Amino acid sequence: MATTVAPIVTAHIGTPDSHTLRGYLASGGYEALRKAVTTMTREEVQTEVDTANLLGRGGAGFPAGRKWSMLRKADPTYLVVNGDESEPATFKDHMLLEEDPHQIIEGTIITAYAIGAAQAFIYVRGEFALGIERMTQALNEAYGHGAAGNRIFGSDFSLDVVIHPGAGAYICGDETALLESLEGKRGFPRIKPPYFPAVMGLYGAPTIVNNVETMSNIPWIVVNGGAAFAALGEPQATGTRLFAVSGHVKKPGNYEVELAKNTFRDLIYDPRFGAGIRNGAELKAFIPGGASSFWFGPDRLDMALDETKVKGEGGSMMGSGSIIAMDSSTCMVRAAWRLVRFFSRESCGQCTPCREGSSWLDKIMYRIEAGDGRPDDLDLLMDVCDNISPGVQWPSRWPPNMTTICPLGPSIPPPIVSALGMFRDEFLTHIKDGACPYG
Amino acid sequence: MSRLGPDFLPRAIATIALYPEPRSAMLPILHLVQEQNGFLTEEGMAHVAELLGLSQAEVYGTATFYDMFFTHPVGNYLVSVCTNIACLLNGGYELLEHAEQSLGVKAGGTTPDGQFTVEEVECIGLCGNAPCLTVNWRFFGDVTNEGFDSLVGDLTAGRLAETVPPHGTLCRVRRTVGLEAAAAVESTSVPELESGERS
Amino acid sequence: MADAPETSTDTVSITVDGKVIAAQPGEMIIAAAERNGVYIPRFCYHPRMRPVGMCRMCLVQVKGPRGFALSPACYVAVAEGQEVVTDSPEVKKAQDGVLEFLLVNHPLDCPVCDKGGECPLQDQTLTFGPGETRFVEEKRHWAKPINLSDLVLLDRERCIQCDRCTRFADEVAGDPLIEFVGRGASIEVNTFPDLPFSSYFSGNTVQICPVGALTATPYRFKARPWDLEQVESTCTSCAVGCRVAVQSSGAKLTRYLGVDADPVNHGWLCDRGRFDFEAVNSDERVTAPLVRKGDELIEASWGEALAAAAKGLADVTKLHGKGSVAVIGGARLPNEDAFAWAKLAKVVLGTDHVDCQLGDGLPAAAVLGLPRATIDDACRAPVVILLGPDLKEELPVLYLRLRAAAVDGKTKIVELTPHSTGLTRYAAASLGYRPGEVALLARALVEGGGGEDADVAGVSAAAIAAARELISAGNAVVVLGRPSLAEYGSSVAEAAGVLARLPGARFLPALRRANVHGALDMGLAPGVLPGRVALADGRDWFGREWGALPAEPGLDTLGILTTAADGRLQALILLGADPANDFPDRQLARRAIAGAGFVVAVDTFLTDSSRHADVVLPAATYAERAGTTTNLEGRVSRLGQKVTPPGVAWPDWMIASELAVRLGGDLGFDSLESIWAEIERLAPSHAGLTTATLSARASRDGVVTPLPAAPTEATADTDDEAAGADATGEAPVNRPALLSFAAPERAGDVPALDSYSLRLVTGHKLYDSATSVRRSPSLAGLVAKGKLRVNPYDLDRLGLTTGGRIRLQAPRATMVLEVVADAGVPRGSASLPFNLPSEPAADLIDGSLAVNDVRIETT
Ligand SMILES: Cc1cc2nc3c(=O)[nH]c(=O)nc-3n(C[C@H](O)[C@H](O)[C@H](O)COP(=O)(O)O)c2cc1C
Ligand code: SF4
Ligand code: FES
Repeated sequence: MATTVAPIVTAHIGTPDSHTLRGYLASGGYEALRKAVTTMTREEVQTEVDTANLLGRGGAGFPAGRKWSMLRKADPTYLVVNGDESEPATFKDHMLLEEDPHQIIEGTIITAYAIGAAQAFIYVRGEFALGIERMTQALNEAYGHGAAGNRIFGSDFSLDVVIHPGAGAYICGDETALLESLEGKRGFPRIKPPYFPAVMGLYGAPTIVNNVETMSNIPWIVVNGGAAFAALGEPQATGTRLFAVSGHVKKPGNYEVELAKNTFRDLIYDPRFGAGIRNGAELKAFIPGGASSFWFGPDRLDMALDETKVKGEGGSMMGSGSIIAMDSSTCMVRAAWRLVRFFSRESCGQCTPCREGSSWLDKIMYRIEAGDGRPDDLDLLMDVCDNISPGVQWPSRWPPNMTTICPLGPSIPPPIVSALGMFRDEFLTHIKDGACPYG
Repeated sequence: MSRLGPDFLPRAIATIALYPEPRSAMLPILHLVQEQNGFLTEEGMAHVAELLGLSQAEVYGTATFYDMFFTHPVGNYLVSVCTNIACLLNGGYELLEHAEQSLGVKAGGTTPDGQFTVEEVECIGLCGNAPCLTVNWRFFGDVTNEGFDSLVGDLTAGRLAETVPPHGTLCRVRRTVGLEAAAAVESTSVPELESGERS
Repeated sequence: MADAPETSTDTVSITVDGKVIAAQPGEMIIAAAERNGVYIPRFCYHPRMRPVGMCRMCLVQVKGPRGFALSPACYVAVAEGQEVVTDSPEVKKAQDGVLEFLLVNHPLDCPVCDKGGECPLQDQTLTFGPGETRFVEEKRHWAKPINLSDLVLLDRERCIQCDRCTRFADEVAGDPLIEFVGRGASIEVNTFPDLPFSSYFSGNTVQICPVGALTATPYRFKARPWDLEQVESTCTSCAVGCRVAVQSSGAKLTRYLGVDADPVNHGWLCDRGRFDFEAVNSDERVTAPLVRKGDELIEASWGEALAAAAKGLADVTKLHGKGSVAVIGGARLPNEDAFAWAKLAKVVLGTDHVDCQLGDGLPAAAVLGLPRATIDDACRAPVVILLGPDLKEELPVLYLRLRAAAVDGKTKIVELTPHSTGLTRYAAASLGYRPGEVALLARALVEGGGGEDADVAGVSAAAIAAARELISAGNAVVVLGRPSLAEYGSSVAEAAGVLARLPGARFLPALRRANVHGALDMGLAPGVLPGRVALADGRDWFGREWGALPAEPGLDTLGILTTAADGRLQALILLGADPANDFPDRQLARRAIAGAGFVVAVDTFLTDSSRHADVVLPAATYAERAGTTTNLEGRVSRLGQKVTPPGVAWPDWMIASELAVRLGGDLGFDSLESIWAEIERLAPSHAGLTTATLSARASRDGVVTPLPAAPTEATADTDDEAAGADATGEAPVNRPALLSFAAPERAGDVPALDSYSLRLVTGHKLYDSATSVRRSPSLAGLVAKGKLRVNPYDLDRLGLTTGGRIRLQAPRATMVLEVVADAGVPRGSASLPFNLPSEPAADLIDGSLAVNDVRIETT
């Protein structure tokens, strides 16, 4: 049964003029920043975030406090906020950027204060033109309000923040590709080691990269304390999280719910959230964490929204926090093909297995869906997937192995392996009938 | 008008000043070139190379990595229809087909009058309102076939000029604050341009 | 001597396939494994470039906290105790998978591909690959090969996106003119539209392309790898002396490939060095001796030609004395040949008017007598002072090495130059001086003083102070050559003398002709004898074996040509030299050739000089003969013979020997070995460098002379010869000391510049009117037109516009050409390439002047 708590990151959304300074101040905006820079030391801010055990909301789920503590000591250091959201069916950051830009800016400046960053960059997906405009407007207002720029709120902390537009490349969401892109280059993910931008990031300087939603949690944590945040959810999955629910639900949208205390069923069926499958149809399967996650059948509906469980028991991930419900009218071959095609179009092109493998898989899947499949294709699909992500199998296991530089490579097989694992018959029917049974 | 002109060059120079290293200004400045010219002209890219101290090939190689940059002319209205998973499940391909039929061009093409370019795009992050599309990167959700046709009508009649700026315009809000360096540059006069290059 | 046991701090031990191996700290698994006999397949990895890990071919298993995981061997560094598996089924599957992926879009056109037979992709497919393709879809298609430049073609269908060529262009050459374009599966390598990959180093991309995607026009479809024969040699296009593999098919040279010599070229070549072998194959080579009959040069037998040459020279000597013959050139000869000619000149002809530098070098003592540095020394020095030509144009691979050292922060460059050069953008300080005044600048730099805030040589006191700060660390390496040919070389020598006073300063000479440093070592210069010895100091030592030597130091090229033009010197021998083109004062050279009564030319082509000779003797050139050559470091390395000389051309040393006989002398040489034995015995700088040492495997990259153990001071001789000398009852003669450079006196001030004039600056371009460029079809078209570069300030002052045509006036000549604004040229100067076929600065220069001034008018 869904639990309800007061929202954290969506508290202002729906309030009048939530995207303006006036609207933001009306709901207590910038008090957290004032508190942090005028009454707290950097270490105290860090401690609160550490206590909150705020897990990164960008997909990898790494604790923000721990990441900050890994920052190599050097001068300068940078903060980069990841607003490149492009994972299919993920649209939560999009909403935050347009509806509550000040909250992101406030979280960003507090974080920059906590880690001692020389400058902060907020990388916003290029296609989010309105988001970029609202962020820019909000930044102008924040400077005017004394919340950014020189001597913030009279303290001796100064910071310049830059809103940086992307230009259309999913891969730039990967933090190392994002840094390359921010340096004005092609968005090629960097080879690891060094593993963390905290060691070597923007221009080779130690850099913290955090997601927009992660930043949006920071003001609340500073005002209410890390312990209050940690009191929500379970110790390994604290606070609330914003989930984007889409597909064949009655009420698609972004919903903020307490972690661990709620389940996938709540998000899909609770009348306050997804409100169930449209047209009275059955749920056939759902994708629990964005395009790169392995799919779940209805049998997993009651799994709690807890990354450790989703990975451990489920062999998948909550990833970017997007849930896609597919009803019984869905052609699973087609759904899987479309996701593979996405990866093929978005592969940066560096790694042979990703570049060539994704386009090969795209072609095979397209052929099967169009009715030109061959019986051998199913084994071939699995073997090509295995060459991209060795050992990939159904039921799935987390984390997948990789032969590539970045996790996009191993993100290619999950749709195919899931669809083949759960709906092999549909593939066979396509091949046997030489046509798609769903028309 | 191909190199950055007097309305854009100061913005470009102010943008460069925002970053510790000039090359970081690549994407924002390329957006400016596209806002001015509608696409990335060769002269425009060459000008960016000059401003950033790079080779023209470096600018070209970088620009072509990104989907939003066009090195060929596109229509006044860039209609980008999403067909990724959430839209696929909600009729994205049907919408794309309708768009192609109603405008009479295939995805990737431009209408003969140069008004509309239709393209199929990956998820644009409006999945709660699938199927969806953008026109010059301004969002339209829950688009039915009829909705599409009236959208085209509104655009053609100029009724959406407020919402949908000319193609290439990413951000209509100017940054007015910030780095001393940037502020200083913003207030200075336009650097000299060779007269022949204005139009 | 037993090797000292390796200490554990110097190496890291790792286990590869169960075998413990010693690796260097910081090196990548792929390199450590390879040195220990385990070859891990790869495409994108290149040991001389930053790893990118793109192809994923090198996947191996490395044990981590969670067991063995596939990791790329090309960028995972070794770590103590690391366990690596390269031969498990998992590794094999991953590598097979990558290979299959690479092949899905790769055309199966091996039979018509230039790379077929030497293609890693083809080889690995045969070795590891799956037999049948499982790819039934249509392959990716690209329009057929596109021209990236005049020299390089790209077949995009064959490209496997390894980033080698693009990385090379950016990282190594500093010419990022090719880039990845597009994304994902549609990624391609390309240039900016219509802006070619015009890099002096473009040929390297063809060599390092692991498939047949990049091909060079000169080699395309010329041969199949299995028809090629190869020998290792040294490139002789300039004095860097890059190691090369010379390949031939049948009787023709077909290709040069760079060989990775660690101290020299790291495997790279410049395009001139790589492609100018075409001139060797040229149909226009002189293939038989020629003797003048009236206005014509008529083919003759060697006997006739040598007799004619000997008679002409003997007649002149008989009539005018020994000092009436001069020898110009020799910088294109191998060491042995240069030595034979030095002996012929100084002993048989008895003349010291011998000079291998054509007035574009420095006084021999400045090259031979200053403490030397190697290229590696320069790249590791705290600071490199550049006092020489534009290295990118004249010594391209030295430019690459220094550029890399500066970019990597291994050294800082301080440049003293009369116009901006290829290295200017990498220099920590670039002092643009007024021509002729570099010695003043050097003094201000080293001594401080002068008016504290007065400009010196046109350089501001602040800039000088900043540069002084940079060199204050000491131990500078000075790269020393001629910054401009329109000013006296002696002013540069004077500056060098000043810089030599910097604590720990060493010098890397930067003269450009292939073996000019070897020719100087072999004594082809006035006042010196073989082995870096002054004539006066070596007279006894050499005289004991050679007999009488010229009494006085002779004239340099300027002196020889001036005297000959006046009719006071009656015979000239041009030893592979074309002063009518190459000497800075062309007009003087042409008058001298006309003025000398008798001219013998030893050459490979008829040039503007040799076509006026009385006798032309055809010489064999590099790749047609063996021998050794010496680079600017003093590194002696071997030349390989791959083809036979055309017609009846001979190696130069044989010509010298035969001519000596007809002049009544005997050089005593019957083979290269016999010459080398005498060099080793007599030339002090080469003592101890035996043929055996030179041909040892350890000497593959050449041997720097003098050897560290070589005696520089007198030592008692113990060999037979010395004993023989003693037996004559004469006092034992000591081996002379190596000469040292005495800084020249302070020269007088150069004349002031009037406000209507600009002071001329000139240097070579890589592609110029040199015979080897003109006779290489692939390069000939790359020669640019000459443009005058002038500071924008002067352009404005003179009321000119950039790109306009102007009339350039000098006392010697007037020419009409284009002028361009260039802030890299200091105010008051004008820069024009020396030796382009159209608009050559060489036509303007008066060699008798310390500086040359020109005036500009609108046309
Ligand atoms: C292919 C790929 C795409 C990604 N896209 C995004 C994205 O759009 N937004 C995001 O915040 N993180 C994205 N990430 C994760 C980032 O690399 C990074 O982990 C995250 O921004 C860190 O922020 P957090 O710790 O606050 O979650 C992506 C990762 C990969 C491999
Ligand atoms: S896995 Fe794909 S997206 Fe990631 S670096 Fe490699 S090629 Fe690029
Ligand atoms: S050689 Fe290691 S990835 Fe290419």
